[in-house]
Amino acid sequence: MVVGVLALQGSFNEHIAALKRVGVKGVEIRKPDQLQSVKALIIPGGESTTMAKLAEYHNLFPALRDFVKMGKPVWGTCAGLIFLADKAIGEAKIGGQELIGGLNCTVHRNFFGSQIQSFVAELSIPEIVAKEGGPPSFHGVFIRAPGILEVGPEVEVLAEVPAPSDQTTKSDPADESVEMVNETSQEASSSTSLSSEDLKLSEPPKYELPVFQQ
Amino acid sequence: MAGSGVVTVYGNGAITETTKQSPFSVKVGLAQMLRGGVIMDVVNAEQARIAEEAGACAVMALERVPADIRAQGGVARMSDPQLIKEIKQAVTIPVMAKARIGHFVEAQILEAIGIDYVDESEVLTLADDENHINKHNFRIPFVCGCRNLGEALRRIREGAAMIRTKGEAGTGNIIEAVRHVRSVMGDIRVLRNMDDDEVFTFAKKIQAPYDLVMQTKQLGRLPVVHFAAGGVATPADAALMMQLGCDGVFVGSGVFKSGDPARRARAIVQAVTHYSDPQVLADISCGLGEAMVGINLNDDKVERYANRSE
Repeated sequence: MVVGVLALQGSFNEHIAALKRVGVKGVEIRKPDQLQSVKALIIPGGESTTMAKLAEYHNLFPALRDFVKMGKPVWGTCAGLIFLADKAIGEAKIGGQELIGGLNCTVHRNFFGSQIQSFVAELSIPEIVAKEGGPPSFHGVFIRAPGILEVGPEVEVLAEVPAPSDQTTKSDPADESVEMVNETSQEASSSTSLSSEDLKLSEPPKYELPVFQQ
Repeated sequence: MAGSGVVTVYGNGAITETTKQSPFSVKVGLAQMLRGGVIMDVVNAEQARIAEEAGACAVMALERVPADIRAQGGVARMSDPQLIKEIKQAVTIPVMAKARIGHFVEAQILEAIGIDYVDESEVLTLADDENHINKHNFRIPFVCGCRNLGEALRRIREGAAMIRTKGEAGTGNIIEAVRHVRSVMGDIRVLRNMDDDEVFTFAKKIQAPYDLVMQTKQLGRLPVVHFAAGGVATPADAALMMQLGCDGVFVGSGVFKSGDPARRARAIVQAVTHYSDPQVLADISCGLGEAMVGINLNDDKVERYANRSE
């Protein structure tokens, strides 16, 4: 199976590395015709404004919309989620932002605020654990993350995160499905587990690094 | 940006988590989001809007662009917080701002006004010629400049969550940027092929902490996101930096000191995405108008900003 990763800007390398880890070939997608060679697509995290601009320069939106309409699986992380939402509100730049759509939900860009409000949270994921096993919680990293405020009836919510109480936009806990910048499996943080997996291919790390701890 | 280059955050407690509850992974995370993008220097809200419309993944707010700092001289400082706030309101992309090297109070002010990243920059006049800011003490992430691998790892040990090679800002001359990127990448290639027994001495030679040198060896790249900066003036310059292995590009004076900023900004953004496609690069390089005036670095009178800090 070949999975495309939209490689306009953002964390596309990390997604390709994650695919490689599970034995799937990931290919970078930058032009409309490259979409024809893939069965599924991942739209990675990044700066959604930038990605939208680059998609527009190279006329990618029609091809992406067709891809979604054909019912092929599409995964959106962070900025990718914003792209897939039917409706985006809040903090949109002047002149608005173009979306692909297809996922019946309302997403709030940059929901939690600026970088200083970025955080990590352990999310409980009972349905996934029941179905697939693995650790009971998921280490979510929220970097200038979007929030999903409303979902349509056909959308299944896998995990939720309570919104911080000082959040001015909404006081209700916002639904937040599993889209986030980094994913983690075991106790270590995500990208570390990715990279150590990668390293095993060439040479196993021989040393426990000296630990500086404050 | 070679194939499977994966950016890491330090695991296994190898780096200090800050006392102020902003884990290093959160700091590095934003830099990861910026990969494959262009960060543009802007001095007011209007320029910030042009940068956003062109597709910049972040803007850098500063008092004067480096070319003007060179021309006008004097002490260059953090810009007026009011101006930074205006820029922040004008755009939705992340906003960075520069603080002087070692000036931790400027950094505290920038943290207080809620910007997204601080650049502890040699382009501004130094506040401390021996010590950099202890970046572990901040919740806000920092990007720092480097000329070589040792300098990069020293900054990361001080808490920098993103590295940019220094180049020579405000010159429109790419030679120093190439020199610094090649130095970092070359040292990493040497390190990768090095016997583990030799790493201790190598760490001593480049004056970098052993743990980070070893981690760099294992990863085959810097352990944080690595952008290029200092002298990028054309789409070809930007693509050159990407092909040399950088994760993205800072453009300073190159955009707003050129004949048609909006158009050039857009072309540079596209060049970073399509850096390995000469056909696209040729198309977007056509008819961009006048590039910024360059400065020849053979002239001894030109001050080297890159040498201001170690």
